Amino acid sequence: MRSIHELWPYMLLILTGFLPNEVWRLLGVLASRGVEEESELIVWVRSVATAILAGVVVKIVIFAPGALASVPLAARLGAIGIGVAAYLGFRGSVFAGVATGCTALVIGALLLG
Amino acid sequence: MSSAPVTEPSMSSAAGFVAGVKAARTSVFSYVIIGTYISIGALGHDYGFSALWVALSTLLVWAGPAQVILITLLGTGAAPLEVAMAVGLSSMRLLPMVVALLPLLKTRQSRMHSLLLPAHFIAASMWMEALRLAPRIPSEGRVGFANGLGTAFISLAVLSGFVGFYLAQRLPPLFVAALLFLTPISFLVSAIRNARLLADRLALGIGLVAAPLLTIYNVNLDLLWTGLVGGTAAYAIHRMREATR
Repeated sequence: MRSIHELWPYMLLILTGFLPNEVWRLLGVLASRGVEEESELIVWVRSVATAILAGVVVKIVIFAPGALASVPLAARLGAIGIGVAAYLGFRGSVFAGVATGCTALVIGALLLG
Repeated sequence: MSSAPVTEPSMSSAAGFVAGVKAARTSVFSYVIIGTYISIGALGHDYGFSALWVALSTLLVWAGPAQVILITLLGTGAAPLEVAMAVGLSSMRLLPMVVALLPLLKTRQSRMHSLLLPAHFIAASMWMEALRLAPRIPSEGRVGFANGLGTAFISLAVLSGFVGFYLAQRLPPLFVAALLFLTPISFLVSAIRNARLLADRLALGIGLVAAPLLTIYNVNLDLLWTGLVGGTAAYAIHRMREATR
């Protein structure tokens, strides 16, 4: 009994974490068979993936997880805008955009919180 | 003359692997992964999981948003089926990501089983860096490159998870909030950098507007619709502009 009790979290990891996640990668491997590197299909699929990624960004910012939820929404949205502006202002430095965005979040939380 | 791997005509998979590890060393995503996985390690600790469990979740799941959902839902005692569905929905993006990246990595000689490991390494961070950097690598070295990049990123993530787990009680909440913010800000800024075609830029813009609207109006499978409708509309506009040029 005890060993099953100890192993249960690991079984849940496989069943509710690994499998429902990995199935998309396996389906992707199957679906990519015969797809050419320079094809129009790739451009479309990349657009779909990019749109979902944008959606993930929005959902994390609006429905923030854990400690991020305690930062006011206005500070989260403002920090995203400031981070993107810094990226563009620093001639395409992703590092500058990310660092400025996180700094803006902390300052925003202190000012608005 | 050709000291840079970029100009060499061919490359072994071992040399590709080394190039992948080196690419990870200079990637901004290495810092993003360190910060993100410190926060995931701390989250795992706070919800009562073991350090080993957190490390295994990183190795097996390897998708930040899915791991956050997994830890918070399992940690609050949600039903297993509900957890599996929430994780599966959040990870749907992996399918188009794999389809968009693998054709760039494989050669005509590539066997299916040799693509399973690079496919497992595909997560938003690795996907964006591989899309950007793999075209500079000779095609025979690209699977090795993806494996090197993925191995370096995932190793960093596992180590950072341990750091976060053991520091959990000493980390100020605002610091953890800033670490959790690394995922959305780095995904967005890096996606802007990668968006060279009109289709990519439109997909990004439409996705940013569509996702909150679909969520507000309580549309089921909002991310799926954001991707399919937003991505297809972006691609259609891109094609129309190409045709009229």
